[in-house]
Amino acid sequence: MAATTARTTATTSSAALGEDDELPALSNAEILRYSRHLILPDVGLGGQRRLKAARVLLVGAGGLGSPLALYLAAAGVGQLGLVDFDVVDVTNLHRQVLHGTRDVGRPKLESARDRIADVNPHVELTTYETRLTSANALEIVGDYDLVVDGTDNFPTRYLVNDACVLLGKPNVYGSIFRFEGQASVFATEEGPCYRCLFPEPPPAGLVPSCAEGGVLGVLPGLVGTIQATEAVKLILGAGDPLVGRLLLIDALRMQFRTVKVRKNPACPACGTREIRELIDYEQFCGVGAEPEGAALAELTPAELAARQARGDDLDLIDVREPHEWEIARIPGARLVPLATVPEAMSTIDSGRDAVVYCKGGTRSARAVRQLQAAGFRRVWNLAGGITRWSDEVDPTVPKY
Amino acid sequence: MSVTLNLPTVLAKLAGGQRSLEAEGATVGDLVSDVAARFPELAPRLRGSDGSPYPYVTFYLNDDDIRLSGGFGAPVRDGDEVIIVPAIAGG
Repeated sequence: MAATTARTTATTSSAALGEDDELPALSNAEILRYSRHLILPDVGLGGQRRLKAARVLLVGAGGLGSPLALYLAAAGVGQLGLVDFDVVDVTNLHRQVLHGTRDVGRPKLESARDRIADVNPHVELTTYETRLTSANALEIVGDYDLVVDGTDNFPTRYLVNDACVLLGKPNVYGSIFRFEGQASVFATEEGPCYRCLFPEPPPAGLVPSCAEGGVLGVLPGLVGTIQATEAVKLILGAGDPLVGRLLLIDALRMQFRTVKVRKNPACPACGTREIRELIDYEQFCGVGAEPEGAALAELTPAELAARQARGDDLDLIDVREPHEWEIARIPGARLVPLATVPEAMSTIDSGRDAVVYCKGGTRSARAVRQLQAAGFRRVWNLAGGITRWSDEVDPTVPKY
Repeated sequence: MSVTLNLPTVLAKLAGGQRSLEAEGATVGDLVSDVAARFPELAPRLRGSDGSPYPYVTFYLNDDDIRLSGGFGAPVRDGDEVIIVPAIAGG
C-alpha cells in the first residue's frame, strides 16, 4: 500500500468530528473562500469548521469519485483520502470529470491530486494507489470518519460495507447503470447496511459492467453529487440523511423516488454480527472462479488473421449488440447477439470451425461455453475481442 | 386483484419494452408468476428455478421490502404497486 499525503495548506487538523471547541479554526483566506457557506444558517462558522475537521475516504476516482472529489474538496472537507489504482483511459473522459485529455495514461491519483489542489489548496489529500482489499481495508478506513463508495464492482462494495459496519463508519453508497442510479447511507449506528438491501451479489457476469453495458456520461455526475450532498449533511449533522431509504434515480424519465430499507435482524453484518472479520470478497462474489465444463479454446487475433489469409473456411460469429456492430466489425463476420445464440445454433455447422468474438472476450467466452454445452467442439473464443483485433491486426477498426 | 409492477430499464426489454406491467394475483409471488408466464425471458431474472426470490433483486410493495413481510407470500391489494430493484454496481 502506497499512501501519499500532500499538505497543501499551512493549517492542517487531525481533529475528529467533535465539540466545537475542538474544531480547527479557519484562516482569513478560508473565511473568504467559504463565505457562501458561512452565511448559510445550517452551515455557518461551526459547520465549516466541522467540514475542515472531517476526514472522508473516497473509494474510487472514476465516474462517481470525480464529482465527489471535486465537490467535497470545494466544500472544504479538511482531509480527503482517495483509493484508486487505475490509469486514465480516453474512454473514461465522457464522465470522469476529475481527469482531462492531457491526463490520458497518467495514474488517476496523479491527475486527481493536481485537480483537487487547484480546486481547493486548503484540502489535505492522502492517496492510496492500491486496490482496497480485505488485507488493507480496515487500516485505511480506520483513519476516516466516513466512507463514500464510488467503486464499480460487487466485491469492493461488499468489502466497503463490511469494513464500515465493523468499524462503525457511515457508508455513503451510490451505484449506476446505463440511465439509472441508486443512493443511500448505510452502516450508521441505527440504520441498515448494504447487505440488508442486497444480502448476496448476483452471479458473476449476470450484471454487465459500465464497460460492457454503457452508462450515460452525466449520470455519475447526478448520483455522485447526491452522495457528496449526503456526506456533507452527515458531517454537518444537518437535515435528514438517506439512512433507511434507498433513492432510485431514473434519468430517462427523470424520476426520483425513495423506498424503505429496513435493518434486517438476520443480516450477518449489522444484525447478528456474525461477520467479525473481512472475508474473501472475490470468492463471495464468484469472481475468478473457474467455470465448469471443458477448457475454453482460444484463438489470438494474429492467429485468426493468419487463418483468414490462408483462406480457411471459418464461421466468424460476432455476439455483440447491433449498436456495437454498427460502430465496428471484423470483416467476414456475422452478427448473432449473445441473447440469440441458443436460437441461432441451428445456423452453425458443427463440422466447420467457428470463431466467436465480442468487444473484449467476456461475452464471447459465455457464448463459446453455451455452444460447447450444446455439443459444438470446433469453436474458439477470440482472445481480447475486437479491441485486441484493432490493437494487433487492423488499427483502422475503431475501438470504443 | 390488479397490481402495477414497475421494472427497471434493464429488465423492461425482456417485457416487450414495458416499464410498467399490470399483473393479477393475491400475493407478490402470484404477480411474479403471472408476469413470468406472459414474458418467459423475464422469468429467470425475477425468481430462481425453485420459484424463490433472489438475494440480489429486491421487491418493494408500496415502498416496503417484501423480505420483511413474508417474501413472495406477501399479500397484495387492488391498486398496490410493486417496484423491482436489481443490484447494480457501476461507478
